[in-house]
Amino acid sequence: MNDILKDRALQIATRTGNEEVNIDCSKASLAGSVSQRACVFCGSRVVLFPIVDALHLIHGPVGCAVYTWDIRGTVSSGPELHRQSFSTDLREKHVIFGGEKKLYTTLTSLIDKHNPKAAFVYSTCIVGVIGDDVEAICRKVEKEKHIPVIPVNSAGFKGSKKDGYKAACDALAQLIGTSDEPAPEFSINILGDFNLAGELWLLEEYYRKMGVNILARITGDGRIDDIRKAHKAQLNVVQCAGSMIHLAKDMEEKYGIPFKRVSYFGVEDMSQALYEVAEFFGSSHMMEKTRELVSEELSKLLPVLEKYRERLEGKKAVIYVGGAFKAVSLIKALRLLGIQTVVVGSQTGKKEDYEIMGRLCDPGTILVDDSNPLELAKFARETGADIFIGGVKERPIAFKMGLGFCDHNHERKEALAGYVGMENFARELYASVLSPVWQFAGMKEKAL
Amino acid sequence: MLLKHTPKEIKERNALTINPAKTCQPIGAMYAALGIHGCLPHSHGSQGCCSYHRSALTRHYKEPVMAGTSSFTEGASVFGGQANLIQAINNIFTVYNPDIIAIHTTCLSETIGDDVNQIVGKAVEENKVPEGKRIMYCSTPSYIGSHVTGFSNMVEGIIREFPVSTGTKNRKINIIPGWVEPSDMREIKALAKTMGVEIIMFPDTSDVMDAPQTGTHEFYPRGGTTIAQLEAAGDAKYTLALGKYCSEAGAIALENKCGIKFKTLDLPIGISATDRFISTLSNIAGIPVPQSITDERGRLVDMITDMQQYLYCKKVALWGDPDQLIALTEFLLDLDAKPAFVVSGTPGKYFMERMEQLLGKDMGGAKVQNGSCADMFLMHQWIKNEGCDLLLGNTYGKYIARDENIPFVRMGFPIYDRVGHSYFPTVGYKGAMYMLEKILGVLMDKQDADSSEEAFELVM
Repeated sequence: MNDILKDRALQIATRTGNEEVNIDCSKASLAGSVSQRACVFCGSRVVLFPIVDALHLIHGPVGCAVYTWDIRGTVSSGPELHRQSFSTDLREKHVIFGGEKKLYTTLTSLIDKHNPKAAFVYSTCIVGVIGDDVEAICRKVEKEKHIPVIPVNSAGFKGSKKDGYKAACDALAQLIGTSDEPAPEFSINILGDFNLAGELWLLEEYYRKMGVNILARITGDGRIDDIRKAHKAQLNVVQCAGSMIHLAKDMEEKYGIPFKRVSYFGVEDMSQALYEVAEFFGSSHMMEKTRELVSEELSKLLPVLEKYRERLEGKKAVIYVGGAFKAVSLIKALRLLGIQTVVVGSQTGKKEDYEIMGRLCDPGTILVDDSNPLELAKFARETGADIFIGGVKERPIAFKMGLGFCDHNHERKEALAGYVGMENFARELYASVLSPVWQFAGMKEKAL
Repeated sequence: MLLKHTPKEIKERNALTINPAKTCQPIGAMYAALGIHGCLPHSHGSQGCCSYHRSALTRHYKEPVMAGTSSFTEGASVFGGQANLIQAINNIFTVYNPDIIAIHTTCLSETIGDDVNQIVGKAVEENKVPEGKRIMYCSTPSYIGSHVTGFSNMVEGIIREFPVSTGTKNRKINIIPGWVEPSDMREIKALAKTMGVEIIMFPDTSDVMDAPQTGTHEFYPRGGTTIAQLEAAGDAKYTLALGKYCSEAGAIALENKCGIKFKTLDLPIGISATDRFISTLSNIAGIPVPQSITDERGRLVDMITDMQQYLYCKKVALWGDPDQLIALTEFLLDLDAKPAFVVSGTPGKYFMERMEQLLGKDMGGAKVQNGSCADMFLMHQWIKNEGCDLLLGNTYGKYIARDENIPFVRMGFPIYDRVGHSYFPTVGYKGAMYMLEKILGVLMDKQDADSSEEAFELVM
């Protein structure tokens, strides 16, 4: 079997010395590639999904709704409406005669039943082709039902997951600025945290201790009313920049709200995020509080990490995740545990992201954009990796190869953000890499 | 209260599907194709479809699932997907080197009118298909039928491509097992082997979707029906199609192509259906049922007699795919339990007819519905109104189980939150015993948990 698609060669680089890494990314996957990427709809759906008091209606055949039914472990402190799966379940006759009527009936009856604060209507591939005027239906229902009804332009074929993020941001932009309630001093919006395993609540606690008010959570544990007044915040703090940078830029342009790109993964990045916010507000009191917070958290965390580090030192890791910014944080977090990153890649990274990764990694590290199982398995084998950090599709591959695994995606079961998250991350790696099961694994190779 | 939105009052719905009890065709086609050795499934559509199907299958089987995609773009959706598919075929044979590519369509490629037959012809013409390599395909528009239909369509695709009638019969018996687990396919093979009946089974996902940990990731695991076996299927003396929805269309296609007679049976789940399967197999092969199988049946019957008091009149809610539901309903009736609510998102008249045969006139008082508004929302409403003792179905029942505090046995597709289904069969007498053990386990756990201290019993 040939290991690499020839036309993909430029999407892979090995860092040799100190030169800049140059990766040919942001291009469509080759047809026939067993890509780990998804589509526009998927991108929009994962971003908007955590808005818990909105109705999420998927306009199309039933599959797209089923595969996204409650698949993100994004938790709510209140309503659970987002966990229901609503579909127009288009059938052959709708494909021929159009699905507008069915969309209208479905949408209005769902709004009557659930009284949501707003509704998102996602277009799927087929809607993009049969030409339903989703926008017009949304306007009509919005007038009749007096809640925002927002079309999400997410036909799957219109690009990759990244374009779906953009469509989600466009949808959010329609909501923001529609409520004029004033905001208290030191108000920020959190962009790009999805409250997986309650991570956002950890951050809230940190910000609360600093004296920072969180106005809108976009979108983890998100509420429509908060998002509508998000333009009253003084600062946007953006994590998962891949998905949310469009919205941050849009809000900067429209409302003059500056933004900061941060990451909450790993000790360094977490602390830096808090310091940057404190610095932004220019309050020495807040800075003092932040220092106290960071030093208190570190004094608890570092001794614990040291224990894990003793056992993990010298292990090698493969990182393959959706967004590149996360990969950058992971390289640093792993280094803190004495683990060397030997392969790092993402589904949707940009050129600049790969340059940053290149600078962070040791010589010999392989960088890869839009990879596939065959390549990943080959790289892991060749580099002698011990650990794989990825998502649902990578997990069984890692386990079959006898590597430890940590899910840093939707299916994480424990918070990985913040200081507590760093401890959880270390424990998960420790438990998986040093599991006694590996002594029984691969018996055939060990010629039992 | 995760499902606090479910109201008790049941209103007529005609547009709305809430919490569906089905999914779309392509995933069924992908699963069927994985049961062919050295085969790479290929999704002719946008990238997301393929990614979702792979993720869903991986969540259910906890196994790597390999499949290619045509990676549709805006251009492809306007000008057609021919260029993408031809490039995909070329790339797949060059890089992943499968023996077979199994192409299925999606709602997008169907709606824009791509003709896969013609495109594959063109790929062959342009020498994109290396010597000895094969392509099979089927049409799987997501807006018709359900995932079950997709499975059936791929089985037909297999038959269009492989079986050949050489004129000399090989005395083997074809078995189309339907959409069952690798454990079930393994059990069907084991039963046939015990009987001494030579079979060709397709698809066969055992040793593919339950592959052992070996220290390497096998892109093409060692299981799956081989091309040689599939070709020989054309000379078999008979075909048994297990499950009308998943397997009959394939058996008909094979009869038309190679003149092989067939019989459609219910999935051999539970005692009656397994009896029919074993006796049919024995009759066709002309081989008597061996004592060991009779003994296994005897142990099952013994187990039921021992525990009958815990099963009598237990009201059961079940949902999922029609072939499974039909067989399970009969099994529950044999156990003296009461199938009370049955929901299948997969459309089709036969389901209702067969259920009426089993349950009696007017479904014997049970509520049974299939098709587009037969969803988990309706199921929950029924349960809210009338209650039941046991839930039997896929993982999506866990919300109801939690909210209503009803014992729940997972069965069918998908199961995202428990293991075991890949390893322990539900077919055959042994499968019935596994299932019975699980059902009794949850019912008796509930009794233990709920009973007052004086009624709490050590011996049950």
